[in-house]
Amino acid sequence: MAHAISSSTSSTVTPADLAIPLRELAPWLVLGTLFAMSVLVLISSVQGAITIPEGTAIHEWVHDGRHLLGFPCH
Amino acid sequence: MTTRTFLVHGLLAGLLAGVAAFVVAYTVGEPQVDRAIALESAGATADHHHEDGATASDSHSHSHDDAAVSRATQSTLGLATGTLAIGVVLGGLTGLLSAVGLGRLGSLRPAASTALVALLGAVSFSVVPFLKYPATPPAVGSGETIDSRTALWFGFVAVSVLGVLAAVAVARWAARRWSGVPGTIAGATAYAVVVAVAALAFPKVDELGGFPASILWDFRISSLLTLLAMWAVIGAALTALVDRTWRRQEAVEAQRAFAAAL
Repeated sequence: MAHAISSSTSSTVTPADLAIPLRELAPWLVLGTLFAMSVLVLISSVQGAITIPEGTAIHEWVHDGRHLLGFPCH
Repeated sequence: MTTRTFLVHGLLAGLLAGVAAFVVAYTVGEPQVDRAIALESAGATADHHHEDGATASDSHSHSHDDAAVSRATQSTLGLATGTLAIGVVLGGLTGLLSAVGLGRLGSLRPAASTALVALLGAVSFSVVPFLKYPATPPAVGSGETIDSRTALWFGFVAVSVLGVLAAVAVARWAARRWSGVPGTIAGATAYAVVVAVAALAFPKVDELGGFPASILWDFRISSLLTLLAMWAVIGAALTALVDRTWRRQEAVEAQRAFAAAL
């Protein structure tokens, strides 16, 4: 009983036991990274030759955010 | 604690961070943007190229009449779109990377390893790139060079972020080889060397012309504050949420151990 109480205050789980296997993490990371990059490009871009919506609508819409978040602009 | 825990907490922290960044950008940053645009409209910055031509209508102009999106929209809904989108994306990615860092950063417990991941994200993605390519107000920067400036900025951010990932690998190796303190020093040194070399190798961008230094300073401080507010909220909220989950899990395990011992 005394032993059980003492083990409840200091956990027997060490940080290394918590590590999530890389095999489990990999697909999330791949999609997360690609998605993050595409949003960053969409917000930061000037809608050049490769952008799907034509014109500069997105560029103008997020104009202030781009300046204040440090993305290159003009 | 699963990958899902970290991603959900990261997205939530990122949403809060986007709101915080909007509040700081709107209150501190927008007055500086307005001052810069007023200067541009007055034609005070002679070096500014993209309004020189007679047909400025196709390029983007900050004047009030012919803009596709009005200034009132740009400084409110537009600004909020930008800060929320970037906040959620950075928060979610920081959450996922914290899941990778869990149990892999020496003997750091979940809250500490999450806070460290957020700190490394802030330094490598925002602070260090800001030192090399600081934010510029409207009326600074030519429309003709924006493609190359964007490429340089992304290139430098990529080197910085990959550099910090490599530095963490170096730190873990050195920590196993010797111990925690030399490992941390080795990692920090590796990152410093990588970004120092990159900063020297990447070309300088200077298109300021005759832009007033005081407005430039105020704008850059407000931009840095916006970025720091975003990362501070990502780090604080994500760490708090991860710690809460960890404490609950620990309590459940302690109860189980207690029950098993009866």
